[in-house]
Amino acid sequence: MAEARPLNLVRMMAGRGLAAAYAGTMNILELPMRVAQRSLGPGLAWLFVGPNLIVFSLFTFLPIVLNIWYAFSGSTNLLPSQRPWVGLDNMRALLSCQNHFDPSSCQRDLFWHGVYNTLEFVVLQVTLMVALSLITALALNKKVIGQGFFRAAFFYPVLLSPVVVALIWKWILQRNGVLNGVILSAGGTPFDWLLDARSAFSWTVFVSIWAHMGFYTLILLAGLQAIPRDVYEAAEMDAAPPWTRFRRITLPLLMPSFLVVVVLALIRAVQIFDEVFVLTGGGPGTATTYLVQFIYETGFAQQIREYGMASAASLLLAAVLMLLTLAQLRLVRRGNG
Amino acid sequence: MGMLRVALTAIALAACLAAPALAADIRIACYSDANECEVTQDLAQRFMQANSDIRIIIDRVPFKAIQESLPVQLAAGQGPDIARTTDFGAIARYFLDLRPLVKDAAYWDTNFADTLAWMRTDPNDKGIYGLPTQLTVTAPIVNATLFEQAGVPLPDTKATWDDWAAAADKVAKATKTQAGMALDRSGHRFAAGAISYGAKYFAADGTPAPIDDGFRAFADRFVNWNKTGVVEREVWAATGGGSYRDAFEDFANARIVVYYSGSWQLARLQNSIGDGFDWKIGAEPCGPAACTGMPGGAAFVAFKTTKSPKEVARFLDYLASEPVYAEMMAKTANIPAHAGLQKSGVQYDLPPAAKEAMAQFTHDAGQIVPLAYRLQGYIYSRPIFTATVARLSQAIVGELTLDQALARIQDDVKTAVAAAK
Repeated sequence: MAEARPLNLVRMMAGRGLAAAYAGTMNILELPMRVAQRSLGPGLAWLFVGPNLIVFSLFTFLPIVLNIWYAFSGSTNLLPSQRPWVGLDNMRALLSCQNHFDPSSCQRDLFWHGVYNTLEFVVLQVTLMVALSLITALALNKKVIGQGFFRAAFFYPVLLSPVVVALIWKWILQRNGVLNGVILSAGGTPFDWLLDARSAFSWTVFVSIWAHMGFYTLILLAGLQAIPRDVYEAAEMDAAPPWTRFRRITLPLLMPSFLVVVVLALIRAVQIFDEVFVLTGGGPGTATTYLVQFIYETGFAQQIREYGMASAASLLLAAVLMLLTLAQLRLVRRGNG
Repeated sequence: MGMLRVALTAIALAACLAAPALAADIRIACYSDANECEVTQDLAQRFMQANSDIRIIIDRVPFKAIQESLPVQLAAGQGPDIARTTDFGAIARYFLDLRPLVKDAAYWDTNFADTLAWMRTDPNDKGIYGLPTQLTVTAPIVNATLFEQAGVPLPDTKATWDDWAAAADKVAKATKTQAGMALDRSGHRFAAGAISYGAKYFAADGTPAPIDDGFRAFADRFVNWNKTGVVEREVWAATGGGSYRDAFEDFANARIVVYYSGSWQLARLQNSIGDGFDWKIGAEPCGPAACTGMPGGAAFVAFKTTKSPKEVARFLDYLASEPVYAEMMAKTANIPAHAGLQKSGVQYDLPPAAKEAMAQFTHDAGQIVPLAYRLQGYIYSRPIFTATVARLSQAIVGELTLDQALARIQDDVKTAVAAAK
């Protein structure tokens, strides 16, 4: 008790100090704010919104406008003023195919390989990611020994840089990697995990799930913990079995968090690039070449930089992302309604 | 008050007169194959002692930054005064012509005639755009210990690519090594074999035409070697697109018998392998048309955006002078691009194995055919190399047939060149 007194005193003093500093600052600001309010009237709001608007315009709105301009202009010049207008030429080149279901018949076959690979990746990765995140969140929501440790362990990969994640897994999966080392020491036959198209594709799905699952688990866990206990107690009193409780209580009440997870996972999956680029470079062949890699290589990695083509592909990607976001809004509204 | 003002003015004037002349800053974006930037830093230090009006700042950057970020910087009107690069075509339009600025343009013309042409955009261009800091040559690097263990003789100077592949495969099987051969994942390395098999790369009118019988003959062999495991498949097949990947680690860990790379690996060979095993540089593998490697090399190029063109020229003049250039070559263990030094020779301070390797590389450099120089110096050589890598990799993993891959290479090059014009 005797030790607690000085501590309380320090806290009280610190609190008073902070309050005094706050009051002092407000007093200093009051006069200019009054003058500004009197002279600007309702326009004062712009003073507060202005800085954010400037930053938003420079770093978000302007790049969007530039992207649109690049998508409809040609040449390898970077400066917009030096790029001639080509209309829909870039879009036409991207979309020109003899058979849209056969990428090799397309003028820009790598774009279509990217589109189909991305579609397959999105369907598979998002389904597995959401299912596994939900199962993990349900498990972590139980009162188990070492609950904190398990929550941290599942979240830890989220803190790693995508490049680090990819390098770790490359080290494990390459021909002379850890996994084949383990298989060899167990008397098995090593396998070229990143040389076989299906295997490499599956590993990109697995690695991206491993890297991001913790984030979605956390959102779902927060959703689960927000469900009132008394609803479950009432169900227990009615002798509802666990599956019914999950179906009738957990899932409906978790739906808002679930929708957020689905849409975030979808958007993130469509944008997949960094981990895969470091892990497989898009190979073998084009087995793991996704849409963003096509954009990056077309616009930045080649000697002849086709900024217009890369921007046109970005616009198409943006259109897909907007559709996904609209779908999310509609679903959320329907859920709320 | 008046007295005070006079006194203050006098003090300010004196301070101005006493201050040294404002130094011109020259910023160099430098990547290293081995120790090139460190050696340049030492030489720059000496240059600055003798030229107190110039300050050289060397920014060490990765090769990827030179390839990917530098062109964007230059397009935006930014960028360093000088950069060390190998990719001249991508940034040639930003080069500063040093001809009117260097002390003795004839000295440059005489000594760097072949490699200066690589930085020019057309045959009528006579500009001096930079200082070639090395001449590289591709060649087979051999694990001599494995050959000895297998009792297989090293292929001789007339051995073809087929002979090399057969010998390497025999050694790999006898010594249970992972694979016989590996080529860096690079269209440049591939071009050495293709030219040896008769690839012409250019049509009669000078436009790029990479696909012909010679190219097809070597591509067919290369794809089959990958499929049958004679060549280490992981190097080309495990990556997508046109990304570069070398096979040095595989060679250094004795997982391959013959590694087709180049002279720029010398320092890494010395430092990484040490006494691990004996390695040698082999003679250039032959084909029906030639026994040639591919030349290459980096150069310090100057940019139009520099605010100190005269000072840039002074520094490059200093580096180009024969004694300084010889020192740079000796310390970086590079083959000189300087004709005078090629004749008189550079005194390398190297261990015996590296000295022997350097002698073989220099000998191989003398065998390079003119077409190889032309291809390396062609402004759009990189799109040809990138398409070669990307499409042949697809053929290796079975996504495309060889015919489809070759047709795609032709299309890709055509599209890239059209986009550039």
